Amino acid sequence: MAHLCRELLLRASRVQPLYGRQRLCFPTRTVGSRTPRLAGLLTERPAQRRWTPLSVSTTERIEPDAGGSADEEPVVHILWINAGLSCDGDSIALTAATQPSIEEIVLGGLPGLPKVAVHWPLIDFESGPHQGADNFIEWFFKADRGELEPFVLVVEGSIPNEALKEEGYWCGFGNNPATGQPMTTSEWLDRLAPKATAILAAGTCATYGGIHAMAGNPTGAMGVADYLGWEWRSKAGLPIVNVPGCPVQPDNLSETILYLLYQVAGAAPTIPLDEMLRPTWLFGMTVHEGCDRAGYYEQGDFAVEYGSPKCLVKLGCWGPVVKCNVPKRGWINGVGGCPNVGGICIACTMPGFPDKFMPFMDEPPGSTVSTAASTAYGTLIRKLRGVTARTVDKEPEWRTPGREIKTGYRPTW
Amino acid sequence: MTMTDPTREAVPDQTGELTEMSWDPITRIVGSLGIYTKIDFKAKRVAQCYSTSSIFRGYSIFMKGKDPRDSHFITSRICGICGDNHATCSVYAQNMAYGVQPPALGEWMINLGEAAEYMFDHNIYQENLVGVDYCEKMVAETNPGVLDKANNTESPHASEHGYRTIGDIMRSLNPLEGEFYREALQVSRTTREMFCLMEGRHVHPSTLYPGGIGTVASVQVFTDYLSRLMRYVEFMKRVVPMHDDLFDFFYDALPGYEKVGQRRTLLGCWGSFQDPEHCDFRYETMSDWGRKMFVTPGVVVDGKLVTTDLVDINLGIRILLGSSFYDDWVGQETFVDRDPLGNPVDARHPWNQHTLPRPQKRDFDNNYSWVMSPRWFDGKDHLALDTGGGPIARLWSTALANLVDIGYVKATGNSVVINLPKTATKPEASFEWKIPSPERGSNALERNRARTYFQAYAAACALHFIEQALAEIRAGHTKTWEPFKVPDEAIGCGFTEAVRGVLSHHMVIRGGKIANYHPYPPTPWNASVRDTYGTPGPYEDAVQNTPIFEENPPERFKGIDIMRAVRSFDPCLPCGVHMYLGDGKTLRTMHSPTGNGITPAS
Repeated sequence: MAHLCRELLLRASRVQPLYGRQRLCFPTRTVGSRTPRLAGLLTERPAQRRWTPLSVSTTERIEPDAGGSADEEPVVHILWINAGLSCDGDSIALTAATQPSIEEIVLGGLPGLPKVAVHWPLIDFESGPHQGADNFIEWFFKADRGELEPFVLVVEGSIPNEALKEEGYWCGFGNNPATGQPMTTSEWLDRLAPKATAILAAGTCATYGGIHAMAGNPTGAMGVADYLGWEWRSKAGLPIVNVPGCPVQPDNLSETILYLLYQVAGAAPTIPLDEMLRPTWLFGMTVHEGCDRAGYYEQGDFAVEYGSPKCLVKLGCWGPVVKCNVPKRGWINGVGGCPNVGGICIACTMPGFPDKFMPFMDEPPGSTVSTAASTAYGTLIRKLRGVTARTVDKEPEWRTPGREIKTGYRPTW
Repeated sequence: MTMTDPTREAVPDQTGELTEMSWDPITRIVGSLGIYTKIDFKAKRVAQCYSTSSIFRGYSIFMKGKDPRDSHFITSRICGICGDNHATCSVYAQNMAYGVQPPALGEWMINLGEAAEYMFDHNIYQENLVGVDYCEKMVAETNPGVLDKANNTESPHASEHGYRTIGDIMRSLNPLEGEFYREALQVSRTTREMFCLMEGRHVHPSTLYPGGIGTVASVQVFTDYLSRLMRYVEFMKRVVPMHDDLFDFFYDALPGYEKVGQRRTLLGCWGSFQDPEHCDFRYETMSDWGRKMFVTPGVVVDGKLVTTDLVDINLGIRILLGSSFYDDWVGQETFVDRDPLGNPVDARHPWNQHTLPRPQKRDFDNNYSWVMSPRWFDGKDHLALDTGGGPIARLWSTALANLVDIGYVKATGNSVVINLPKTATKPEASFEWKIPSPERGSNALERNRARTYFQAYAAACALHFIEQALAEIRAGHTKTWEPFKVPDEAIGCGFTEAVRGVLSHHMVIRGGKIANYHPYPPTPWNASVRDTYGTPGPYEDAVQNTPIFEENPPERFKGIDIMRAVRSFDPCLPCGVHMYLGDGKTLRTMHSPTGNGITPAS
């Protein structure tokens, strides 16, 4: 633990916290001047360095004006909007995460975490009426009024195009006090995006549009980056952070939240993202590269019926071209997954999902050539390996009872 | 035509003494639901309630023209907590359309996956979402006197669950700080591991297909499942008596609490867990194999079982537009005028539905929701059936039908007995869910109680399924999937129980493509709006006339009794509730949240 704390302090000394205009007062120090530039996406930030102390406490009830007084530890608010066109599956996925779990994040169970207040419809304690006490949506209005600083905005669900029609709404979250009508999700984005320290798009709907943006959809749905613009940067200079997956793999989401919290607190460098704004360490490899059935592919041994333990490419698996770590990470606590347990990869993490991969149960067109090559090569390899395999599957011949020793040893007795 | 109990009709706002209050979005449910009410604070009851959903995605529209084999992958995405129920239901509908029957082992494995879903979903919803409404922190803020009483009330089953007083149970339910709250959250993960062992991924399965399942049926996958299942069985031996103690206490501490969320008994259950010995997925034999399901389908009206026949259930479904944002489809093409048995199919049946969205302003005097009004026509009336959140309807229907008997679970005609075997540290145990007394009927506490019992029921069924699956494997039957061809022209329907209630999928195939597809999950039934005949939907109906026991004045009002009523249905959809308070004035808007998300209080 001591080592980890030291490591975090060392890293903190190299990186930039993202607390907005530094209304918050907490121990600071200025060191060095090197500012990391990652993924070529960020501009240089001023050379001021800060770090937060590692004492984390979230046990007291935080009042709505928390974060403003001079001697208080800063609170990072997480505002979660689940009212895009979604199924709430990414909220549910977060409750499945164990590395870390949501309760570990909220209770400060990891070193170096800032104090966190999560405003999350799925399990929020608050559920009072607008006209009474404990009105959940009030936190979002506070953020809109600039009274929450800093906050990370998590968006779940795709953003429909509200401009396609004369009136009404495709989706909303609470009411617009001016009209008494539902406040559309896109209006919330318009209001909160300029004030957010970071925006995290959770799941394929929010990242790229996903299933609700399928051809023929009536709502004109799109991802958050499509709506705000791919060049959008938060006031702290951070692009949208995309964690795709339908739903998102639980630990991929909780780990990214953890990373962002460290970054916001100044304890981690800028999150490394690829050109589609995915964390590089999570989405840098293909399903196939992490799949424990890839050996069958190499040997040209393909399943022709579901239920087989062999490679599923000919049954519709898109693993060879899909960026996703699920076969390696499993689904929950290492259990489950897709092709590793018998499910074709339908490419649910990909920007082209779902249209470019349908019909899902047909062999991907590009795989016919590659599997033909692998069949030719793999059949030979399989035969040769068969010879070796039969040899190594037998014990050496000297392991026998009897009065004679056959190991090569010469008895001295 | 009004089907609700006349004594529970909405009270017109004639006196001007009603005050508005609204919750939008409601937290601790899945999706965004808004509830808008008018409350009479003098009489301490809810006078009027409207529920609204503020989301439209258009599945039935964008599925048109797609490959029918994609439909379970697509429809799974309807729901983020029970998507696998959709995938399963879609697979059932596809099996019918393609004329394919999965190998028995495949069906047992799907049953095991679905059982794990019930075990997971009811658990997390009951303890981490609903449970918070009954936790110490909440009760202290809404009914301090009740908490005092709870602290001084010994738990009748303390020896079984370990919490000496009811107050101790409430403390254990406090968000994050509560020991049982955290334990249940962890259990929600191990049960999802069980689910993933069978269906690959939660919540959108990777291994489900028409014709069966792609999971490799090794001994290991069942050992991994069984080990976790037995830990869950042991857990349930504490959880059932603990919740009985908690819910019984509320009746005791707050006389009249049986009226909270109470509604005329109008329950629908579409059956769950196929028996592969009987189910061939043919429409022509559906009445028979439906009755062999391990949760019996049925419609219960005023405590009487109206039918257990899936064909009757199917043909009775009507989709009314009511106060929703859609154009009517009168005059549009009819896809199916006769079912495969020759019965006429109504124009308002899902097979013949056209979804024609008409975005417009929300107007509670006119149209106010994206949810339509599914109703069940019994030959005379369009019944606004509800699901009671699922378990109460399943147990009630199964109990009355008296058809299920597999040892681990047994229907008796007026109850369901659940027998749990010995586990590592606890002896065998038997629980009996009994049909609630007429005084209690279908109300908030009984919906919640049934949820706990059904968790045990699902675990007990899983014990049966795993025995059957292992018997197949030991006999050398390891095939889990059966090939099929997609016909050019076909229809199919699937019926199951999503976690929170009835689920049906109706598909029409033409030219090898989807020509029409309409899924009906439980929440459209429960969250439906006032229909063409003016009949309110079940949430609206159940909240109207709910008495208010909360002690807070309007300025500090939380509406806990209303939230308990709504959450007892396990809402799973974007909707809202508005309320109006007494004294003829609309309360000023107050911005005084005192909590802070899921950060625990000191």
